[in-house]
Amino acid sequence: MNKTDTLTLVDRPVPTAAWVQRLQHRNRSPVPGLWALLDAVKDPEVPALSLWDLGVLRDIEQQDNGCIRVVISPTYSGCPALEAMRADIISTLQQAGHPEVEVHTALSPAWSTEALSPQGHEQLRAYGIAPPRHCQGCSVPELTPESGITCPRCGSDDTHRISEFGSTACKALFQCRACHEPFDYFKPI
Amino acid sequence: MTDQDLRQATQAYAVRLGDDALILGHRLSEWTSRAPFLEEDLALQNVALDYIGRARMFYGYAAELSADGRTEDDFAYLRDARQFSNLLIHELPRGDFAFTMARQLLTDVFSSLYLEQLLRSTDATLAGIAAKAAKETRYHLRRSREWALRLGDGTDESHARMVRAIDELWGYTHELFELDALEQQLADAGIGVDNAALRPAWLKQVSAILTEATLRVPEDSWVVRGGRTGYHTENLGHILSEMQSVHRAYPGVSW
Ligand SMILES: [Zn+2]
Repeated sequence: MNKTDTLTLVDRPVPTAAWVQRLQHRNRSPVPGLWALLDAVKDPEVPALSLWDLGVLRDIEQQDNGCIRVVISPTYSGCPALEAMRADIISTLQQAGHPEVEVHTALSPAWSTEALSPQGHEQLRAYGIAPPRHCQGCSVPELTPESGITCPRCGSDDTHRISEFGSTACKALFQCRACHEPFDYFKPI
Repeated sequence: MTDQDLRQATQAYAVRLGDDALILGHRLSEWTSRAPFLEEDLALQNVALDYIGRARMFYGYAAELSADGRTEDDFAYLRDARQFSNLLIHELPRGDFAFTMARQLLTDVFSSLYLEQLLRSTDATLAGIAAKAAKETRYHLRRSREWALRLGDGTDESHARMVRAIDELWGYTHELFELDALEQQLADAGIGVDNAALRPAWLKQVSAILTEATLRVPEDSWVVRGGRTGYHTENLGHILSEMQSVHRAYPGVSW
């Protein structure tokens, strides 16, 4: 980023274009009940967040033969949580009386933290993880900054990055200078 | 080329890219619990996972194109060294930390240029994999660049180790920019990348980073090649014997 004056960095939940598009797609779906059912399926690594709010859940269709086809997009290429997500989707739908379920993974368009819901941002923060900061006006998301991410515990901006890579691929590790607590930052990608 | 020929060539191409990702990912995973400190351990594991995930996507696509019942596991676990087509730079032993970060720098700059082209592929699956990998590579490159600066412009010891690492690696970088007939056909068809065209941009970026790190750009005085045709260094056999041992001892095992 060189022209910072023309860019706005926001760590409040903002309705990104990617999110609005997902919401419109869901609202047009003929099977709103199935979407509501899958709201119960959480990210195995961040159980505060549903797959919908994470942006992984892309589409649900009920085919003429009753089979339900779910489309998800993987977060990171090597994310080991993908298999658990797939199994949770299948068991949730089966328990609700839908024995035939297919889960497909779609690579394109690639998952991005821009697809997170505004509610997902709040859920992350409440869980102790700083949500990804959006860079409005950037063509690609900014990489994890060295400092200035708002501490999810005390709200201070006086924080610094300890490690680019945290306990899972999707997080970086920060420390707050005000309350001294370390915290995870959900990396923008 | 007929559609069938193109399909076969694309399958072979996906296997090659899968081999590159798997072997480098495996090398990085060897640092687990051996990195200089905990955060670096986590970082190397995360990057390794990105590469192994990338290998799964390429192998999965290769399996789909083969349509002969093979799965990603057949490509990873049931082929011998002569059948692996990864570029040699990826199989060199991990060396010391400087060597690992020097290799990452050289290959991350390459990957960022390569993936930027591959995501324009007329093949939607290759383009999709590239789009995903390109996002991760931005993070990888920033980190390997920072380490190159820190080690190159660090202590006498770290500087000397970086000089040695770059010198030892340089002759293996030429292979990154060579195309054989198959890759040329795919590049002409808009499916694959013309990697030969990437060298000027790569050299410019790498030179700028090395110079900033107080390191010199080596002379192009020696070249090693052979990975794409299955002629490997002795190191690949050692990797495979470790990586494939469980699968070969207990065929079809699952857990
Ligand atoms: Zn704090």
